[in-house]
Amino acid sequence: MEQLAQQLMNGLMLGCLYALIAVGYTMVYGIIELINFAFGELFMFGTFISIAMMVDTITLFGRPVPMPGLSFFLAVPIAMVAVAAMGVTIERLAYRPLRNAPRLAALISAIGMSIFLMNFSQAIFGSKQVFFPDVPIFTEAGLAKSLTIGGAQVTYLQLFVVFITVVAMVALNLFVQRTRVGRAMRASAQDKQTSALMGVNVNRVIAITFIIGSAMGALAGGLYGAVYHFARPDMGFFPGLKAFIAAVLGGIGNIPGAFLGGLVLGMIESLASAYLPMGSQYRDAFAFVILILLLSFKPSGLLGSTVSEKA
Amino acid sequence: MATPGEPMLRVDDIQVFYGNIHALKGVTLEIEKGEIVTLIGANGAGKSTTLNTISGLLRPRSGSIFYQGTDLLKVPPYQTVTLGLSQSPEGRKIFPRMTVKENLAMGAFSRPKQDLTADYERVFALFPLLWERRTQAGGTLSGGEQQMLAIGRALMAQPKLLMLDEPSMGLAPMLVEKIFEIIKEINSQGTTILLVEQNANVALEISHRGYVIETGSIVLSDNAQALLTNPQVREAYLGGA
Ligand SMILES: Nc1ncnc2c1ncn2[C@@H]1O[C@H](COP(=O)(O)OP(=O)(O)OP(=O)(O)O)[C@@H](O)[C@H]1O
Ligand SMILES: [Mg+2]
Repeated sequence: MEQLAQQLMNGLMLGCLYALIAVGYTMVYGIIELINFAFGELFMFGTFISIAMMVDTITLFGRPVPMPGLSFFLAVPIAMVAVAAMGVTIERLAYRPLRNAPRLAALISAIGMSIFLMNFSQAIFGSKQVFFPDVPIFTEAGLAKSLTIGGAQVTYLQLFVVFITVVAMVALNLFVQRTRVGRAMRASAQDKQTSALMGVNVNRVIAITFIIGSAMGALAGGLYGAVYHFARPDMGFFPGLKAFIAAVLGGIGNIPGAFLGGLVLGMIESLASAYLPMGSQYRDAFAFVILILLLSFKPSGLLGSTVSEKA
Repeated sequence: MATPGEPMLRVDDIQVFYGNIHALKGVTLEIEKGEIVTLIGANGAGKSTTLNTISGLLRPRSGSIFYQGTDLLKVPPYQTVTLGLSQSPEGRKIFPRMTVKENLAMGAFSRPKQDLTADYERVFALFPLLWERRTQAGGTLSGGEQQMLAIGRALMAQPKLLMLDEPSMGLAPMLVEKIFEIIKEINSQGTTILLVEQNANVALEISHRGYVIETGSIVLSDNAQALLTNPQVREAYLGGA
């Protein structure tokens, strides 16, 4: 029972991290039908840039460089801004020129971007694991502060991750549903030409979508670093893929769906690796099992759109 | 802005291509403020292409388009509507996953921070059915209802020049008449109208002037009454009788 509660809590937190990355996949897919595989790497840069802002010196291109040593709560927002800038640049250079090309071309460009970013980060930060510093308010004498809820040890940090994710998701959903830019986003996702007729600058809307998705990925990266205490150039690969699966699971193009898909995936992964025989060795495989089942039985995802579209 | 003697819209010798398909081979037309002008022509003649080029969705390879003294070819497509030029596109192009009200709000996207109450009232007065459907998703409306929504949405921009691409498409005969009455009413409220129609008879009856387009070129231009009685036009576009 206690173990169950513990696993659920771990799954919830993991699911939140997936959900934050999944939002980028789902929003970008919703608007330009592109699976931006580079989100996994933008997440990784989110972790690295957070570290860089938090430490006093970091090794860049093999040389020690003095760094500002900021608090976690400043470092992560800075990482979000920096990664958002990377995200729009990628859109501009790697995707926009292919907007009217066959979809496969853009997909290959996305995979290329992902590989490029991984290698680029290796060139900057080296291939060794870099330590993510403790966040003082979440630790006491080197140990994570925690409390016990329903028999589960819940760290303050886990609660913080869940809280931030919920706030981000609610804010994002309100933004998309209620604001003018959000409405322009939904319109562009449905019909770009007609949106332009209405006065929507579709290129700008797409850029904003990349900014939001990248910033959310970087936020996930900062939180992930605080939880797991490391960054490495290849760290974005599995979280990126799983977040993509979470987005498909929730119904791609759908923001609440990305949240739900992330949570479900995190929970299943956590429970399956705890309870299935040899589960923990296969923890990265469950997501793919879910993907296969999903594509066979409900390809539109849990909250996939059901409104029929008349031409 | 507009120089005296200049028409509101002047399209001069535009050549438009889709890849290497030569769709418009030198279309020239003018619209004066306050007019209803109809563009008639067979399927594939280039009517929608003309409207989409004026809106900026397509760019001509050569030729010019001036609207109230502004060179439209220098204006990005999403800004034409800001200049007072709005289009109800062929095939209605309703946003399927937005409600009727949201679709109308999109129509007024070019007018941020303005009170839209009167504009909604105007559209709902013209199309009371839309009021009943206001919270329904656009994609679930019937074809005729979508057509009303497309016209209403174009009106929300408070256009000076309204371009309607086959507004009577798919409507019941009763509604066709009603739509044309509404178009006349919109015109009498001060909006200039460029109309594309298969229902050439009814369209010409409410129009001041008309152009006939054939395979990408304007072949005839006259006032509406003259076109209605022109034997060739009657033969080709008005069902002979
Ligand atoms: N996207 C496109 N790609 C290639 N050719 C096109 C495209 N759109 C239109 N055309 C061609 O351009 C020509 C003009 O088409 P357009 O849609 O302007 O005709 P139309 O007069 O509006 O016809 P209709 O009455 O059927 O709506 C046609 O020959 C058509 O096949
Ligand atoms: Mg047409």
